[in-house]
Amino acid sequence: MMKKVFDRVQIAKVFGLSLLLIFQLFSISTYAQDEAAPEGAAEEAAADLGGDPVKGKQLFNQNCAACHALNRKMTGPALANVETRLAEEEGLDKEWLYSWIKNSAGMIAAGDAYANSIYNEYNQAAMTAFPTLSNADIDDILAYTAAPPPAPVATAATAVGDDASGSGSGGISNEMILGALAVIFALLVVMLVLVNRTLRRIAEANGVELATALGEQRVPIWKAFAQNQFLVFCTVVVFLLASAYGAYAWMSQVGIDQGYAPIQPIHYSHKIHAGDNKIECQYCHSSARVSKHSGIPSLNVCMNCHKSIYEYQGNPEGPSAEDLANGYTNEFYTNEIKKLYKAVGWDEENQRYTGESQPVEWVRIHNLPDFAYFNHAQHVTAGKIECQTCHGPVEEMEIMYQYSPLTMGWCINCHRETEVQVADNGYYKKIHEELSKKYGVEKLTAAQMGGLECGKCHY
Amino acid sequence: MASNKKYWKSEAELNPNDSIVETLKGNEFVEHIPVDDFLGDKENLADSSTTRRDFLKYVGFSTAAATMAACEGPVRKSVPYVIQPENIVPGVANYYATTIADGYDFASILVKTREGRPILIKNNDRASVLGGANARINASVLSLYDKKRVQGPMANGEAIEWNVLDATVKAKLAGLQNSGKQVALLTQTYASPSTKKLIGEFSEKFGNVTHVTYDAISEDAALSAFEASYGERALADYDFSKADLIVSFAADFLGDWNGGGYDSSYAKGRIPKNGKMSRHIHLEANMSLTGANADTRMPMKPSQIKTALAKLYGKLNGSTVGGGSSDIDGAVDALATEIRKAGRKAVVVCGLNDLDAQTVTLAINTLLQSEAFDVERPRYVRQGHSASVNTLIANMKAGRIGALLIDGVNPAYTLPNASDFLEGLGSVDLSVYFAFNNDETANAVTHVAAASHYLESWGDAELKKGHLSLQQPVIRELFDTRQFQSCLLNWMGSEVAYHDYVKENWTTSFLNGGNWNKALQDGIYKMSDSSESESVEEAVQSSEEESATEEMTVASLSSSLRSLTSVSDAGMELALYSKVGMGDGKQANNPWLQEFPDPITRVSWDNYITVSKADAEELELENYNVANGGLDGSYANITVDGTTLERVPVIIQPGQAKGTVGLSFGYGREAGMQQEMATGVNAYALYKDFNDVQSVSVSKAEGIHEFACIQLHNTLMGRGDIIKETTLNEFNTEDPHVWNPVPEVSLDHQEVPATTVDLWESFDRSIGHHFNMSIDLNACTGCGACVIACHAENNVPVVGKNEIRLSRDMHWLRIDRYYSSEDTFGADVEEKDAAEEGYKNTMLDLENPATNPQVAFQPVMCQHCNHAPCETVCPVAATAHSRQGHNHMAYNRCVGTRYCANNCPYKVRRFNWFLYNNNDEFDYYMNNDLGKMVLNPDVNVRSRGVMEKCSWCIQMTQKTILDAKKEGREVKDGEFQTACSSACSSGAIVFGDVNDKESKVAKLKKDDRMYHLLEHVGTQPNVFYHVKVRNTNEA
Repeated sequence: MMKKVFDRVQIAKVFGLSLLLIFQLFSISTYAQDEAAPEGAAEEAAADLGGDPVKGKQLFNQNCAACHALNRKMTGPALANVETRLAEEEGLDKEWLYSWIKNSAGMIAAGDAYANSIYNEYNQAAMTAFPTLSNADIDDILAYTAAPPPAPVATAATAVGDDASGSGSGGISNEMILGALAVIFALLVVMLVLVNRTLRRIAEANGVELATALGEQRVPIWKAFAQNQFLVFCTVVVFLLASAYGAYAWMSQVGIDQGYAPIQPIHYSHKIHAGDNKIECQYCHSSARVSKHSGIPSLNVCMNCHKSIYEYQGNPEGPSAEDLANGYTNEFYTNEIKKLYKAVGWDEENQRYTGESQPVEWVRIHNLPDFAYFNHAQHVTAGKIECQTCHGPVEEMEIMYQYSPLTMGWCINCHRETEVQVADNGYYKKIHEELSKKYGVEKLTAAQMGGLECGKCHY
Repeated sequence: MASNKKYWKSEAELNPNDSIVETLKGNEFVEHIPVDDFLGDKENLADSSTTRRDFLKYVGFSTAAATMAACEGPVRKSVPYVIQPENIVPGVANYYATTIADGYDFASILVKTREGRPILIKNNDRASVLGGANARINASVLSLYDKKRVQGPMANGEAIEWNVLDATVKAKLAGLQNSGKQVALLTQTYASPSTKKLIGEFSEKFGNVTHVTYDAISEDAALSAFEASYGERALADYDFSKADLIVSFAADFLGDWNGGGYDSSYAKGRIPKNGKMSRHIHLEANMSLTGANADTRMPMKPSQIKTALAKLYGKLNGSTVGGGSSDIDGAVDALATEIRKAGRKAVVVCGLNDLDAQTVTLAINTLLQSEAFDVERPRYVRQGHSASVNTLIANMKAGRIGALLIDGVNPAYTLPNASDFLEGLGSVDLSVYFAFNNDETANAVTHVAAASHYLESWGDAELKKGHLSLQQPVIRELFDTRQFQSCLLNWMGSEVAYHDYVKENWTTSFLNGGNWNKALQDGIYKMSDSSESESVEEAVQSSEEESATEEMTVASLSSSLRSLTSVSDAGMELALYSKVGMGDGKQANNPWLQEFPDPITRVSWDNYITVSKADAEELELENYNVANGGLDGSYANITVDGTTLERVPVIIQPGQAKGTVGLSFGYGREAGMQQEMATGVNAYALYKDFNDVQSVSVSKAEGIHEFACIQLHNTLMGRGDIIKETTLNEFNTEDPHVWNPVPEVSLDHQEVPATTVDLWESFDRSIGHHFNMSIDLNACTGCGACVIACHAENNVPVVGKNEIRLSRDMHWLRIDRYYSSEDTFGADVEEKDAAEEGYKNTMLDLENPATNPQVAFQPVMCQHCNHAPCETVCPVAATAHSRQGHNHMAYNRCVGTRYCANNCPYKVRRFNWFLYNNNDEFDYYMNNDLGKMVLNPDVNVRSRGVMEKCSWCIQMTQKTILDAKKEGREVKDGEFQTACSSACSSGAIVFGDVNDKESKVAKLKKDDRMYHLLEHVGTQPNVFYHVKVRNTNEA
């Protein structure tokens, strides 16, 4: 397998993207109407439970969602219709739930039978106590859990269906536009010919003679050129220089993988993580602060969040047309999360690690040769440089690619231009004073600090 | 004046007619490019069926193919942890304190690990006892990745599972309990309180257990003498920093005597402070590392040394000790006078494995009440009991041993009577050997239990009374191995893991409420005051007992004296010794140690007998250099008591006592060894009765041996002023410019100091860091720990014996060893200038400079010249200077012209003649995945055709700077280190920033003793040396 650079694909994507965006504008309004329906239904249902499901949803997301889902076991049990379920199956009333939510540990200690059984069922993971929630708050939450689930699967399916047809029509209309353009162009040509003919007729009618046979005595241009030796010489020189320049340019890019965007074993979208969800780069790439490696996060870091984020729900308005064109549906992303679970050995059913892991073999994108030493900590912690300076708009990258050329010239140039972050750093205090006096400048560049010396990177 | 001495590195240089030496001086690279190797064989070339056209086609195709292939890079995979261990950050090194206690080397050390792989051993500076790692300990990290390791348990050569072995052993142990047959443990010295307790419990459980401790190189006499006087089987300890006068009777205390590790305390006293330094007198047969460092060295036969020792006691005691030849009386008189003068500040040490000699030595130190002599807190690093080893062998032969468990020793190789042992093994029903390699013993036992490396094991050690240290694993077992102690626990039916056992033992016995984790982190634990006072009480008690038994000792002492003086001169004597690089031979499969040049002979990949020049002439043995610079030597057959070693290579050793030959242990191993590493001859065969002095007959054998000796390599071309030395007297009384003159050069027909003339424009280095390195020739003992540390830190390749012989060694740091004669020849230089012939005659006229030369060691690495001659000649600017003082070398830029090496006056540049990694021709650690685990990921592995050299560990200085930047603080003095400076336990190498005026190195630079190597060349090196001061007794 060899690396391939995706420049052309990129351009095609940008073009397609802009077209799709236009169609997006048309489709959004239809979704909005669809979504309104379940909301209304929920409100109706909540009315008989004495709680406000809308407030409840908010509270649920703030307090409960880290460990509970409505229709699915997580760290704790699924909570859809929990009140009814408890009343019917265990004969426990709302009061039991109030005290459980406010102080579960107390109930376990007090020896409540169901409290203990549920505690043991979920690996003795103690539930956080929520003494701050009032009974009314809990009512709201219960109202939310009691609301009939808005059949997410069905909606998603219809959404997908809509989208599919949407993107399909997008394709057709694309051709239609081109077709229309072609027709218009053809019409123009026909009109031009017609006009031309008419004009000629008029001219003939008026007795104007058209010059047609003027060029016969002239020497053809190419012959004249071949006879002029100086011109030939100059052309050859220019041609040689140009091809030498071309060859040099071509050879210079050998081994430079700018734009390299390999397919990874798990489709990890920086756009979703760093862009949409605004997760700090160094939350996952934590060793960039202290080590020469930025580090590919170990899978347990992924699981910090993905223990509870087991499916991709995407934007509230659903996947964009562009995503859909690429096949990035919600199911697609959810499937990628499943790949993560498989790799890390997470048993989703029972919410525990199986211990059977399959380390992920990521394809390395940024690859400096062995003879060049690069230290992330130097640039991130000491130099306070944004990750994006070298890695580009990662938060917009659906597929991670190498943004910078990573050539020595590129490094050197940055060292020449970048100012050293001397402020509040005790290390630089003395050297900054002395050097700024020596060079007569207030700000020092990395180069002035010796950042261009061979041995700083090559040893 | 010191600089007028004639220095020489090799015997050959003393021969004015040796053309080789002259040629070598003139050539930077001994050999021309070996074109003949592939073009010289005309016949083969003519026979070849490849026509010129075909050849061109192949070349064209392969070039095109290679070019096309190079256009697209390979796809690289990165596999992160699934669950990242909390304290591992990829790219950041972790350090763990642990202890090496392999039965011969004992030290508290730090282990540097990267991504969980141990890659470097460092000194544990929190340890006050044995905190320095010698060359072998530094190299032990590579032994962990030895591809010849036993990778799982075996029975009769077949791999088995541990549970099968466990069941077999358990059944046997149970069966033996009432059978009348014994269970025997034959082990190394552990010095481990927990192991001792464990073996005690094991013996208790099975009842019929005998535990025999066996040291391959025995210190039995010293142990027994100490036991007789002080009631405990241990070694008296010495603190040389407290001694003004050290008199050593063949005690190689800078080597392995008494467990070694005396460098730092010795060096402390050797640096002249306030006009004072310690004086060291050394009597010995072989030229040892310690003898080389002595102020006065007296070459003597071991029998004479014994007599001298006895006579000295007599002189000090006021009694007369008769007997022996009288020619040593004069020397003894002088010694006695000096010792009396020094009084309690004198100390006498003895390295003869002779009970009488050791008894007398203890008596002398007691008599002197020497301050450096410590019997209250003795060392436990040798426990071997030779007599019980022989008893065990007798019992084995008699069929009285039912099961034999062997750990940490390789008796089939190290025992002089190995055949008896092997015969005895035949009568033992079950023999289990904890083997590291498939060595001689492993091939003879019924079961092989794969042993863990010490870096994979738990343990503890009490190196010196009251000074405990802990051993912790720094990596999980690489293979299916277990440590001895875990197996003992298992076989006893205990469920306890050895870690818990040690922890439990420490908590109850030593820690006294102290923190286990703290002790583990420090690696060492000093017994608290309360327990200390107990031991002092014990000591008081024992000293009371002592006075009671004094009468007895006096009686035994006089008999000792008598037997010492009655030693008859038994002709040629063989003094067996352990080499700095090889020790007892446990790590013989370690290529770093094989390639490590012996500090004295500068020979690598070999052992040999050392003979004096006079004896060599008598026996017609010779050494000479051949055209490619390699050293050749005769072979000799040596016979001790009927055992003959045939064709032992001969080195003519200046300073070797006439009538003696030396031979080092640790070589000649074959079983379980890689072919390349199976070098030398096995000296243990001559180690009769565990006596390191043997009567020997030597005769010349046929053939010529090719040594891999770097003696004449990289010479500084006789430029002079390389070593500067003076006497303490001169140092104290004369002006610095007398004993440390700044060389002068002629400028506009005026003689001016060389330091004032400058061909280049100077660069302002007053801002930021400016690194300098100070090397004190007084403190440097030549131990070579720095050489191995440099190997490990900088991925220096191993090139093998043949390449070394061709002067292609890759050591970035070499320790030059110079000989000079006692006399100073002031007129030499003038004569040399006047007429070359005259000079040669002068040298010939001298009595014989090789009889007893003075020795100086000088570590030389890249001098990082501010005006570096190498930089100006590089056509591609691959080597350039930094403002911090480093002379940079960009390997990827180097095209291999070798101009730089030619222009380097210090000869510190090394050329990669071949690809030394992933190359079956150099099948050392860089050619297998296991061995490569030791590589330092921060340093490039160089490729063929590039020049390399000491980088001053720029990766370390850069890291120090980065750490300071990250924490927003200035760099503290002492933080800047290089691999060599941090490995130097004697404090000879100091590295730091001279722009920090308060730093140690800045102060050292202002010292009067400071000088630069070849100052007159005007290179302005950033490495400086300190004039060697000898405390000769001329005053």
